[in-house]
Amino acid sequence: MKTLQFDRKPLRYAAAFVAGTLSPGKGAGPGPLELVDIDAPVLPGKGWQRVRPRLAGICGSDLTTVDGRSSRYFEPIVSFPFTPGHEVVADTDANERVVLEPVLGCVARNILPPCPACERGDLGNCERIAFGDLKPGLQSGFCCDTGGGWSTSMVAHESQLHRVPTTMSDEAAVMVEPTACAVHAAFRARIGPGATVAIIGAGTLGLATIAAVRHFTPVGTLLAAARYPEQIRFARGLGADGVVQPHELIRLVRRATSSLAVQQQLTGGADVVIDCVGSEATITDALAMVRPRGRVVVVGMPATVKLSLTTLWHRETELCGAYAYGTETLPSGERRRTFDLAFELVQAAQLERLVSATYPLADYRRAIEHAATAGRRGAVKIAFDLRNEKERNR
Amino acid sequence: MPRPGFVLDVDRSTPPTLFWRGEGFSLEKLPAGRSRIIYPPEPMAAIRDIDAAIRTALLKPIDSDPLPALLFPGMKLTIAFDDISLPLPKMRRPDVRQRVIEAVLDLAADAGVDDVHLIAALALHRRMTEDELRHAVGDRVYDAFAPRGALYNHDAEDPDAMSFLGTTPHGEEVEISKRAAESDLLVYVNINLVAMDGGWKSTATGLASYRSLRHHHNVRTMTHSRSFMDQDRSELHSSNWRMGKVIRDAGVKIFQIETTLNTDTFPSPFDFLSKREWEWSARDRVTFLASSKALDRTPGRLARSIFHGIEAPHQMTSVQAGEVEAVHRVTTANVYRQQLMVVEGQTDILTMGIPYISPYNVNSVMNPILVMCMALGYYFNLYRNRPLVREGGVLIFTHPTPWEFHPVHHPSYIDFFEQVLADTTDPVEIEARYEKQFAEDEWYRHLYRTSYAYHGVHPFYMWYWGSHALAHLGRVITVGGDPKAVRRLGFMPASSLDDALEMATDVVGRQPTVTHLHVPPLVLTDVQ
Repeated sequence: MKTLQFDRKPLRYAAAFVAGTLSPGKGAGPGPLELVDIDAPVLPGKGWQRVRPRLAGICGSDLTTVDGRSSRYFEPIVSFPFTPGHEVVADTDANERVVLEPVLGCVARNILPPCPACERGDLGNCERIAFGDLKPGLQSGFCCDTGGGWSTSMVAHESQLHRVPTTMSDEAAVMVEPTACAVHAAFRARIGPGATVAIIGAGTLGLATIAAVRHFTPVGTLLAAARYPEQIRFARGLGADGVVQPHELIRLVRRATSSLAVQQQLTGGADVVIDCVGSEATITDALAMVRPRGRVVVVGMPATVKLSLTTLWHRETELCGAYAYGTETLPSGERRRTFDLAFELVQAAQLERLVSATYPLADYRRAIEHAATAGRRGAVKIAFDLRNEKERNR
Repeated sequence: MPRPGFVLDVDRSTPPTLFWRGEGFSLEKLPAGRSRIIYPPEPMAAIRDIDAAIRTALLKPIDSDPLPALLFPGMKLTIAFDDISLPLPKMRRPDVRQRVIEAVLDLAADAGVDDVHLIAALALHRRMTEDELRHAVGDRVYDAFAPRGALYNHDAEDPDAMSFLGTTPHGEEVEISKRAAESDLLVYVNINLVAMDGGWKSTATGLASYRSLRHHHNVRTMTHSRSFMDQDRSELHSSNWRMGKVIRDAGVKIFQIETTLNTDTFPSPFDFLSKREWEWSARDRVTFLASSKALDRTPGRLARSIFHGIEAPHQMTSVQAGEVEAVHRVTTANVYRQQLMVVEGQTDILTMGIPYISPYNVNSVMNPILVMCMALGYYFNLYRNRPLVREGGVLIFTHPTPWEFHPVHHPSYIDFFEQVLADTTDPVEIEARYEKQFAEDEWYRHLYRTSYAYHGVHPFYMWYWGSHALAHLGRVITVGGDPKAVRRLGFMPASSLDDALEMATDVVGRQPTVTHLHVPPLVLTDVQ
């Protein structure tokens, strides 16, 4: 089968870092990512089946990996060589269209009894992602045993598969996984009635989070930072009350919350700030614009950052992460799978419109470059289109 | 004898014309055969003995008892004076306000008046710094009054310092400085630089609060002021005059002192900026070349500080005192005597160069909103009867329009530019959706009261100032501006005047008439 494979090659990883530093997305050239022809992964055990990806998205965490910028934190919880791609809509051998829920929790790893987190349904918090029948891998797309979406074939556990309604397009279906992350972030934010929420970042995750906060929470005023015209347009269309440039957000929050300011620090601020970028600068901004005892939710994947936490201490700020998905508790008390809520949101907010361009596997360098520069090129989500790959249809 | 204003028809032999570009300038060729240039009248002769003229005005006022007759021991006397927005550029010391205030204080001292307060009537403008106050009133007055808290800036947001006087028949609330309202006599010391200034506007605006100002600083008033330089056709003035009646009926006794200045605007070596180009001497040409080349290489901040350091050689041409309206009629006639000139017919395209200064960026940054206000508010409105440019015509102005704001002076401008103009440039919508939020914002209020910030609502007023022009014009083109900032204003950017003229043809056809307003110095056109 044809697949993009990422191997542990330190020199090439360093080259990817240099190339990616010079120009985002360029790490795909000299780096460890290669298009190869290999045997399809074997089924790891009972409950596993082969699926053939139709569309597979390129995520921010994929780009970080390709450009050689991943945190070393991930080293023990991934296994090489792996095929990236965890935003996947695929066909089963029974020709059913499915969306992959890529987290490799206890059930997929055949660990019994499951860990407390998996027991609760909080799959993203699985305590056994480096154990069990599979090699380490926090998700499909980072595990050498499962393959990933950037290929013509991979394996998936039946617990990972969600059937796609016939009325839903592939483009909509490929948006379910990132949307599930956004939905989870919206619930992690614990947004109260009428709250003022600021969202930093307007890439796929940022825009989906705007939609999720507007759709699932009793938010009052929703403010967002977006850099490019298309992002601004989408942010407004998905429910943001005010959209400004990133450096302008703190002033917008100040005005919206009638806060005062001491230099760059607001005295009041937003009830919740959701950071969908996760850089040193954005987390610093988030801490400066959240109200005392407010909550900062980091959704974008940060690497190593240097922060002054004096404000966090002094203002009793809650700083928390939001990773992946699992099960959410609705205001009514009902517990629902995040993916089910994501399916609902993708359709309600028509998030398929965020899929801007697709590429065949052979064009992977251009695809990755496009994804890395999506915002300024007027794009949001870039995906691989495997539907016409010869190997897939043999 | 100064020469009157002059309209030059441009032909092939006409030398290039001066266009201001903020802290710089350029020479531009206008299309021959269909362009004209409006040159302001030359500066009138100054009063020779200014102190004597002031004393005469105080002792022989118009429709009022002489000032000494209004002063008595134990009385409460308040002297309010125009703030830093006047004159432009700031005048050489001694400022005319200093001369008038010293004369008033001499008479007050003679009458045994002890309780005297001096208030900078700045309405919602920024507070004046000590240096600026010293420049306006002189060191002697400052040192005598400021240390004991008797010389200060008006604070329109101090609820304990404002007095509500009533409502006009039009429902306009009148609220002014309590100290002024409760004084036995309010002496207002004015500088009437343009026909818009003075009269009841001095007290009803300069000493008022937002509650009061919002009744005439709004889009409706501005679009019904054709123009606000023509008091008889200005809703801005009608509203202020109605408020003036409320002030008078409330028993506030006002002794108005108004002064006019000539248009001697730039000192040597910058005096060539006021001359007609064909009369430039060899020295003027060399100065122009040297200064424009040097300014091209000078960092913006340094260039700004050079220009804001200019002190104009303005000279006083008249001073009159007494009853507000009677005084102002004389003042207006004197302003017209200096600035008014007849211009035949409207034009398809009006061009102008926007200089480095406006009333609201003295010692500060001319931010994009102030650029808009200067072009579409002030310069567009330098007319009586009809605008210089026809309805649906094009306004082309030159200015670098940098995306730059003074963070201390104009904090709410930054938010207005980033958040409001990003949403809409329609003054009516802006007023309805955003004005109240900004006007009542605690942070802006705090900065206005304790720092040196313009009030939160002030950028709205700047935008409203241009609302008549926005409704009147078919297109606005900025030459040499930061394209992003220009587009945010809702205008079109052009890299050169030729490009701008070409872009204008989409709106006004292939052979449009062009009129260049050669200001500053200031002129008021009477368009026939």
